[in-house]
Amino acid sequence: MKTTKLKKQVVLKGGMILDPINETLKKGDVLIENGRMKSIGEVTPSKSADVIDCSGLIVTHGFCDIHVHFREPGREDKETLDSGSMAALAGGFTRVCVMPNTDPPLDSPESIRYTIDRGEECPIHIHPIGAITKSQDGKELTEMGAMLSEGAVAFSDDGLPVTDTGMMRNALEYATMFDVPIINHAEDLCLKKDGVMHEGKISTQLGLPASPGITESNMVHRDLELTELTGARLHVPHVSSAKSADYIRQMKKSNNKITAEVTPHHLFFTDEDLITYNTDLKVAPPIRTQADQKALIKGVKDGTFDCIATDHAPHTIEEKEGTFDLAPFGMIGLESCFGAVNRVLVKENKLNIIRLIQMLSVNPRKIMGFETDLFTNGNPAELTIFDPNKKWTFKKSDIYSRSHNSPYIGEALIGRIRATIVKGHITALV
Amino acid sequence: MRHPTPGASLHLTQHINSIVINAGDGTHEHPTQAILDMTSLQEKFGYLKGLKVGIIGDISHSRVALSNIHGLKTMGAEVTLCGPSTLIPPFAEDLGVSVNYNVDEVIEWADALNVLRIQRERMGGGLLPSVREYRNLFGITTERLSMHKKEIVIMHPGPMNRGVEIDSSVADSDQAIILDQVLNGVASRMAILYLLLGGKQEEGNS
Repeated sequence: MKTTKLKKQVVLKGGMILDPINETLKKGDVLIENGRMKSIGEVTPSKSADVIDCSGLIVTHGFCDIHVHFREPGREDKETLDSGSMAALAGGFTRVCVMPNTDPPLDSPESIRYTIDRGEECPIHIHPIGAITKSQDGKELTEMGAMLSEGAVAFSDDGLPVTDTGMMRNALEYATMFDVPIINHAEDLCLKKDGVMHEGKISTQLGLPASPGITESNMVHRDLELTELTGARLHVPHVSSAKSADYIRQMKKSNNKITAEVTPHHLFFTDEDLITYNTDLKVAPPIRTQADQKALIKGVKDGTFDCIATDHAPHTIEEKEGTFDLAPFGMIGLESCFGAVNRVLVKENKLNIIRLIQMLSVNPRKIMGFETDLFTNGNPAELTIFDPNKKWTFKKSDIYSRSHNSPYIGEALIGRIRATIVKGHITALV
Repeated sequence: MRHPTPGASLHLTQHINSIVINAGDGTHEHPTQAILDMTSLQEKFGYLKGLKVGIIGDISHSRVALSNIHGLKTMGAEVTLCGPSTLIPPFAEDLGVSVNYNVDEVIEWADALNVLRIQRERMGGGLLPSVREYRNLFGITTERLSMHKKEIVIMHPGPMNRGVEIDSSVADSDQAIILDQVLNGVASRMAILYLLLGGKQEEGNS
């Protein structure tokens, strides 16, 4: 992977331009001048222009992941904003939202400011999500107003569910003043107990403590009802169970303030893949059955889910190489995202590629209130270039994260990122 | 290797070249116990195919139960699980066994009972109200067995909580083969160690 500064004039020549807003996919060139979009169509490059051959490739909006963990500050041994940025670039992501479960957590205007300032130094756009409650302990609301002024884009106690229904109501009520999304990691901890995977045939065979699908869907249902009550915006992260998808689908019919995301790993794997106790597949909420997987794919196709988010969660090899009960929850996912979801959704389940790109670019930007019209002339170039048909095997050497906890290593993926353009630079993957 | 975590022995095989014998991994499996239990049943009955075995007690937290189920099913025996519904895994029937909460019906049906230890720390929490309640519903007592005309073979993997899941008068009776299990435990494990570690065994893990 190599990052270079964009020349004064850059022409992306002969690719297919995928416009996720106007829903078109047609051959054309892109002219970038001084790092900004200049024109799209047929471009005759000037002599000094840097011409990049994009034949056979798709050029589209830079991907946006609204759910990543970059561990800074506090666990820089797992990831930093810099190393996380490299993982993002490798996955075609130009913009991410980082979750606040750092050490200390992002629960104050000062910590939001720190992340914004550090993000400025990084090669991608980084937006902090603030904590809902101080220390993420579910007891006292954070200073949401001041945190928004410093650059927070949403609020979540991610990793830790807001278990107290009264507190969740307060958070939603309070957030209505600012019209920002509240994101709640939905797992009923009383039902989850020490569960480390989905409760089913496989957990019984493995002798592991497990939790059923309603551990999630009960709390999703509660949050949806609270959204009805308060009129707040709710974004449901990493939906894992069929029943949660049903509740969201139902409630979205009458409430346009609800959005939801699904992760690549809940679409790609099932609990049967855990049969070897692979700790890289230990995530929260857990990977569930084939029936749940099918329901999630259906949810993508019928619009129940607005976006794909990776929940990129780096952990050290020492932590993940322990026994299954002791290993922390989470897997990295930025580098493997496109090849995984393109394989499952587009190649195996006939989703239109334009729909997939919408779920990776314009839809997540809408949820967070970011600029979506990236092809407009004069806007800073924020583009992803990929080969939609490339078959490849994901390897450890494809990882740019500081951590390597990926269950995709050795998996066959389809579709590969070739280059990512953002902040006046182009990062090319060889 | 004995270890408190499910999957620990498998985990070790992925990192070393030695043969690893699983001597019990948490709430997962206890293969040598299953082998000695089946050896004891084979000695007693002369066959395993078609034999009806009831496993009584805390199935959820038992590594003995899961290995017995796999072993007995492989040898063609029939297995019924019996215990408090809070201590039977919700997906137990997917393992190819029956579940029956009525211990008297299981005694009527079975040729042999494998009675598992009920740990006292399970009592009085969310899973089981009391020792008294457990004994009333599932205890293998002399009174309960005397209500059935048939004589049933009684097993227990040890250590026993005498007076909780099983009465001393049952454990020490002629119908119990618990001491045979202990003896077969030594013999089975000697054989397993010899075959896997000592002899001309081909390469491979177990």
